[in-house]
Amino acid sequence: MFKDVTLGQYYQGDSLIHRMDPRVKLVGTVVYMVSLFLFSNYYCYALSAIFLLVVIILTKIPIIYMLRGLKAVLFLMVFTVVCNLFFTPGEPIFKFWILKLTMEGIQSAIYLMIRLTLLIVSASIMTLTTTPNQLTDGIEKLFKPLAIIKLPVHEIAMMMSIALRFIPILMEETDKIMKAQTARGARFDSKNIIVKIKCMIPILVPLFVSAFRRASDLALAMEARCYHGGDGRTKMKPLKYAGRDIAAYIIMFGYLGIIIALGLLRVFGIY
Amino acid sequence: MPIVTDHLTLVYGEKTNLKTIALNDVSVKIDDGQFIGLIGHTGSGKTTFLQLISGLIKPKEGTVYLDGEDIFDRNFDTRVLRSKVGIVFQYPEHQLFEETVFKDVCFGPSNLGLEKKEVELRAYEALKMVGLDDNAFYQSPFDLSGGQKRRVAIAGVLAMKPKVMILDEPTAGLDPAGRKEILGLISKLQKEQNITIILVSHSMEDVAEYVERIIVINKGKIALDGTPKEVFGHSEELKSFGLALPQVTDAMIRLKNQGINVSTDVITINEAVQELSRVLR
Amino acid sequence: MKFIKAKEVTYEYIRRDDDGNVEGINRAVDNVSLDVKEGDFITILGSNGSGKSTFAKHLNAILHPTEGSVWVNGMDTKEEDKTLAIRQSTGMVFQNPDNQIIGQVVEEDVAFGPENMGVKTEEIWERVEEALKTVGMTEYRKYSPNKLSGGQKQRISIAGVLAMHPKCIVLDEPTAMLDPSGRKEVIRALRALNEVEGITIILITHYMEEAIYSDKIFVMNKGQIVMEGNPKEIFSRVEELEEYKLEVPQITRLAYELKKKGFNLPDGILTEDELINAIKGL
Repeated sequence: MFKDVTLGQYYQGDSLIHRMDPRVKLVGTVVYMVSLFLFSNYYCYALSAIFLLVVIILTKIPIIYMLRGLKAVLFLMVFTVVCNLFFTPGEPIFKFWILKLTMEGIQSAIYLMIRLTLLIVSASIMTLTTTPNQLTDGIEKLFKPLAIIKLPVHEIAMMMSIALRFIPILMEETDKIMKAQTARGARFDSKNIIVKIKCMIPILVPLFVSAFRRASDLALAMEARCYHGGDGRTKMKPLKYAGRDIAAYIIMFGYLGIIIALGLLRVFGIY
Repeated sequence: MPIVTDHLTLVYGEKTNLKTIALNDVSVKIDDGQFIGLIGHTGSGKTTFLQLISGLIKPKEGTVYLDGEDIFDRNFDTRVLRSKVGIVFQYPEHQLFEETVFKDVCFGPSNLGLEKKEVELRAYEALKMVGLDDNAFYQSPFDLSGGQKRRVAIAGVLAMKPKVMILDEPTAGLDPAGRKEILGLISKLQKEQNITIILVSHSMEDVAEYVERIIVINKGKIALDGTPKEVFGHSEELKSFGLALPQVTDAMIRLKNQGINVSTDVITINEAVQELSRVLR
Repeated sequence: MKFIKAKEVTYEYIRRDDDGNVEGINRAVDNVSLDVKEGDFITILGSNGSGKSTFAKHLNAILHPTEGSVWVNGMDTKEEDKTLAIRQSTGMVFQNPDNQIIGQVVEEDVAFGPENMGVKTEEIWERVEEALKTVGMTEYRKYSPNKLSGGQKQRISIAGVLAMHPKCIVLDEPTAMLDPSGRKEVIRALRALNEVEGITIILITHYMEEAIYSDKIFVMNKGQIVMEGNPKEIFSRVEELEEYKLEVPQITRLAYELKKKGFNLPDGILTEDELINAIKGL
């Protein structure tokens, strides 16, 4: 049950996007996000949407999976859109109590909705096509230069991948502890928040104890297998850029260039 | 407090391609005061069965009757269930959480809504029953040794004064002396307190030594049910379920196959010593 | 050749109360000396709290003796610059299968050791392949460890050590958390490693039936080695073993009881075959 929960909702596949180096996907997602916020311009958005659509088709993942990510943040989206609708200063077209609907408000709400949708879908593409493992590898390699300023890049990546490995184990453990405490008459269905928090203690204490025990066991096991930090470590699956990754970088920055050009032309009133 | 299961069925992951039938149409009656051994290969459905009869998970079909009442009925008071059926999970010491041993044992009875005095009396009695020293009562449970922790965890369930006690591999990870201690304790509880015991064990030797009835679960169904001698008489079937025989039983069968006229109706060392003395003399 | 040599090893740890004051000193390992020959299968038996696990951690330079010395493959474990070489030559497998697997995919976990040692990528692949094949887990190489049984997980842990090309593997109660079939799986794998690959095995356990096939058994009690000998010698001393909170397998016990009744059976019967042959010979 809990065993099958995988973080980052990876969608098994073998598409071009799946096979791409995780660094390309990480950088690509960031570049795409930047491109969305550079200009408020329908032409730019149209281009961004088309670009995203092409990528979605390339992943061979049913579009429904992408939209699931939207569902999770629906509340946040509605909230920000409503805020924008009513609290943007400008010429009111409709007034009710302290709320006033302005033309500018409608405008910025629409912009925001387009941006958020595209942003979330693009982030889902990354998590759907990249295993958590590749992701941590990508992050480690990408941020390696930051080790110069004493940022423990390797350690952070190692911690992330260990956390990912232990999440299902700890979930299962939580389930077990909950059942055991239920059998001892504990109830978790109280509506009173204070009672509810008190009810969590019999679960949280054993869970923390177990997590610490596991952590110290694991540290020992890692040490016994010659782990001594990132220095001199090699990789079974080192990240290497292939031709397609270079091509992807070119296309990605080409896209960014076109967006900037398109946006600037508009700003200078060329069209 | 008999427990009757009626066509109990549970399916996991029904709408996915990982559909597994964990328990399939199990009907069984467990009488008062019995000492039952539940055996089965890992993944046979034992744990699912235990969690169903203690009402921790709900069946897909069928139900469980405790003393004639349906425990999954909406009007059934779960508190009654908790006070009557106790379950000790694998590695129960991993569920200890209070500051002191005594407080931890009080957790169960206090959840039953009993008065403080009664709760403390029960905790005291339970800790005495599992044979814990008085001076350990106010220690942190995390400072105890592995065997002691396990006894505290068992006391935590005992203090609820259950009529039926389910123990899922209570000796896992203990050394031989610790195993004997825990099994002796369980046997004592059954005899002196007349508690029905359902013991899950992987050790056929222990099962043969202690229980009066064995239920064998295989692939979610009850495959065999009877006295230890009856069940261990089905050696071929047990092997096909991935289960072993007590070593002495296996040795007797092999002796018989090699032409020595011994009875194979032997499941403990004492019986084997007697039988071999009789035949070889 | 002596692969491991422990000389008068004592390990003490200090107990402190809640305020950090010294409450007392516990002597977990008490003056232990033993030698292990290369290629041997050694079992260290003992009840919980006998000090056997504490001692085992000395063989991998995880713990250092308070007094005395341990040499592994000629290297003193006290010399810090030798630590990695010691750990490479003497791998270690622990009790809880879940808490020693680091990778999220079987093959990546097996690669963890060689990666730490700085082995070249192509060679890592070869080593992983070979190690998984040795423990018979090749078909599971792409699996998530969470989907495996306890016995399979322990075999992965063994493969993880094997990929470091050790000469010796120390296993600290590797079967304590497994079911009977998992236990058999692991013991079978260890015997194969010892017999086919010639790897020195040091198995720490409290299951006596796992000790049957070893070349030599050490029994520990209260931090000391109290018995030492081959399985036959050790298993014939039934009452002494019980004093140390251990228990002989049913077959050995049966033979012992029959012998007490005056039947002329040899000492230290370990297996059913031995018992049956002995009875037929009466």
